[in-house]
Amino acid sequence: MTEAAVKEEKKITDEGLEVGVQNLTAERIQKVINRVLKGESGARLKAYVDTCVHCGLCSEACHYYLSHDKDPQYSPVGKVKQTLWKMLKARGNVSADFIKRASEIASTECNACKRCAMYCPFGIDIAYMMLTVRRICHLLGVTPLYIQDTAHSHAVTMNQMWIKDDEWIDTLQWQEEEAQAEIPTLRIPLEREGADIMYSVIGPEPKFQAQLLYQAAVIMDVAGVDWTMPATPGWDNSDMAMYTGDNEIMGRVKRAHFETAARLRVNRIVMGECGHAFRSVYDMGNRWLGWRMPPIPIVHAIDFYYELIQNKKITITEKFKEPVTLHDPCNVIRGGGLAEKARYVVNAICEELIEMHPNREHNYCCCAGGGVINCGPPYKMTRMDGNRIKAEQLFAAKSRGAKILIAPCHNCHSGLEDINHHYGLGYEIKFISDILYEVMDKPA
Amino acid sequence: MLTRIEWDWEPGSREIANIGQWQKKFNWIEEPYVSPNGERIAAIVNLAEGEFNVCVNGEAWETVFDKIWHLRFAPDGRLAAFVSEMGEWTVAVDGSAWEHKFGYVWDMMFSPDGKNIAVAVQQDMKYSMALNDVVWAETFSNMTNPTLSPDGSRTAAAVQVVDFSEGQIHKFQEGVFTAALDGKTWDAQFVNVWRTAISADSQNLAAEVRLDLYDYTIAVNGTPWPQTFDCVWEPIIHPQNGAVIAPVRTNGKWFLAQDGQILWDRKFVQLWHPMVSPNGHTLAAIVAPKYGRWTMAVDGRPWRVTFKDLLTDAVFSPDGKRVAAVAKNDARWLMVVDGAVWQNTFDRVWQPIFSPTGETVAAKIERNGKYSLAVNDRIWHQAFDAIWNPVFSPEGDKILLRTLQDDIYTRHVLPIEEILR
Repeated sequence: MTEAAVKEEKKITDEGLEVGVQNLTAERIQKVINRVLKGESGARLKAYVDTCVHCGLCSEACHYYLSHDKDPQYSPVGKVKQTLWKMLKARGNVSADFIKRASEIASTECNACKRCAMYCPFGIDIAYMMLTVRRICHLLGVTPLYIQDTAHSHAVTMNQMWIKDDEWIDTLQWQEEEAQAEIPTLRIPLEREGADIMYSVIGPEPKFQAQLLYQAAVIMDVAGVDWTMPATPGWDNSDMAMYTGDNEIMGRVKRAHFETAARLRVNRIVMGECGHAFRSVYDMGNRWLGWRMPPIPIVHAIDFYYELIQNKKITITEKFKEPVTLHDPCNVIRGGGLAEKARYVVNAICEELIEMHPNREHNYCCCAGGGVINCGPPYKMTRMDGNRIKAEQLFAAKSRGAKILIAPCHNCHSGLEDINHHYGLGYEIKFISDILYEVMDKPA
Repeated sequence: MLTRIEWDWEPGSREIANIGQWQKKFNWIEEPYVSPNGERIAAIVNLAEGEFNVCVNGEAWETVFDKIWHLRFAPDGRLAAFVSEMGEWTVAVDGSAWEHKFGYVWDMMFSPDGKNIAVAVQQDMKYSMALNDVVWAETFSNMTNPTLSPDGSRTAAAVQVVDFSEGQIHKFQEGVFTAALDGKTWDAQFVNVWRTAISADSQNLAAEVRLDLYDYTIAVNGTPWPQTFDCVWEPIIHPQNGAVIAPVRTNGKWFLAQDGQILWDRKFVQLWHPMVSPNGHTLAAIVAPKYGRWTMAVDGRPWRVTFKDLLTDAVFSPDGKRVAAVAKNDARWLMVVDGAVWQNTFDRVWQPIFSPTGETVAAKIERNGKYSLAVNDRIWHQAFDAIWNPVFSPEGDKILLRTLQDDIYTRHVLPIEEILR
């Protein structure tokens, strides 16, 4: 591992926060805080606040805390103390500057990864408390600019990348045409009502990573899957409104997603390699709408690849040679229980998996998830400084021979690229589908 | 075009086409669609790289296109698709392309009688709508949620009227969207405009809007209701009295509102898809009376039976006296009619269809990978590789069933009594 760049303390300026606080009054702050704490959070928050004994055992779980030489300000309980507890204690009577700092802490110094909930003797979900702070900040109009812009994109287009209705379809047809150069009869079937599977992705795929659509189409085609993709909004499973606390837009986006699947009358929704989107469709978005579980079953890509390989729908020509290590994304591993299936898939397609430690549900966060990377360039160093521990973990795996880092989640993937570059780790980072596409049997 | 009463309603089965034979003529055949009267089956076919056509009952259209997608029969039996030639897109109807060409075209909508076809269009990254090959005079930087009026005479959408760059969040929050009817925009602008509804007389336009990041309401002809809510869903306009009806959320619960006032005396965990009966006497909506339980509410009264996973595809009988919907519990799909659940359960079931008198309910069903027909909770004894939604005869005593088995497309006319026997 090379030396990190010399740390230079620099004040972060974020128009979303700066302009937002200018519109605050003491009355508005108090009204919004009390609305959320009394009217929305209810018994769950009260139980957490009343149960916490301030033991600090959550601290060792947090990558920010560990990366900042155990500075208690970065401990999970420390972040609650600096935000929610003060709001509660002051009955909402806090200053605009306090709200600005609370927004910064909740949105950029916590990835809502829930590792701390496993280390709390009572299982208190501190991520939920940080998301409650974000909800308050949203209702006060004090949210970091970049992620707020993304929430606006969701509100207008139902996707996170301002992709217009026609651009989505056009991109699918472009990738279909590209893939037909490899498999002449391949199709990306649009609006095929009654198909077994609707495949859904996140906005960045058509915007920046169209090759992932290509790869998915090849995997579906070779496996003989009866699938479709919608030609309407509702195709994007991602949800940054979930992370800004704009629950109403989160619900609107998820409604579009599930009603699209119901309209197409598919049996299942298979989603690409994304973590936060899984949380949104499997936990938060569906439940805000009143669905205890997804109305149409959701299958994450890891689970889907597992199924295809185990059922021999996909066979492997020759395993990937270079040693790989596997990053466990919080939302699908800690949140979705896919740790062993991920290993089954990676072992099926790669010669050698070198585990990083800790791993599985104990893995360290990428520091990008929870919407933190979506807060944009102003907070890049917050992420780099806040995840030295991840760099050390990755370096240790590299020293044992790992050359490729598999990150089956978009936010993890992007965040780890930054960590990799910043700390000079020298990994090549791949999605599972990158390798699966490369090693699977395909028509000659 | 023959009206439904003039269709062939003679009981019996008639083979229309063997689409397996088409395989010999084309590189590939895409999923087929069938005409409402069942007399034609059509599919997009590929002839060679970048050469597509449509095959109808074995005969190809005269013109070959570079690309074709979204092939659909209109309710009047015309066959429409999006077609591309020389990098331009348009609509082709029965093989004849519209005169106007576009950068892209999508979101095809038909009027109930099929005489009107509306689409969303993009030209030079400017957005508008086209109705029967007539394009809006105005274009916009972005457009979402296109709508066609109930009579098919007018089109509407949410449109962006002020340019802004990504990242200009405060400019966005000043309101850069409005609604447009036939391209004519409202004077008022909103942070967001979503689904629109055009009145039965095509004179009024309602839309769900967001006034700022937190306050939602319904705007009618550009004027928001005086009342604001924590959230709203899509409005409908009562076809007889013109009242605007929409689900609204306040203090964490959903209500049904009419012209801004709470209408039903109950609150719900969720309430959406409001609908007015054809006779205008009854209102119904899909609701969650408690968390994780779904049902229908008719005039505010929820059915006693509730479902875990989903309730969808609700429909009134033509006389407005009955309501049927599709439900889902633990991966089994169910049919519910007036709050009574059919005993048969299904791998999948499609939207219920009432007979003209409302006495009979029929639906396409799937069991064990084969498709069949269910009528009043009785399953027809035959199953197929594919079927399309059943169609009742005008008297309601027969059903037209369109089926595909071993590549043979067949048109069946079944007396109801034969299925119920």
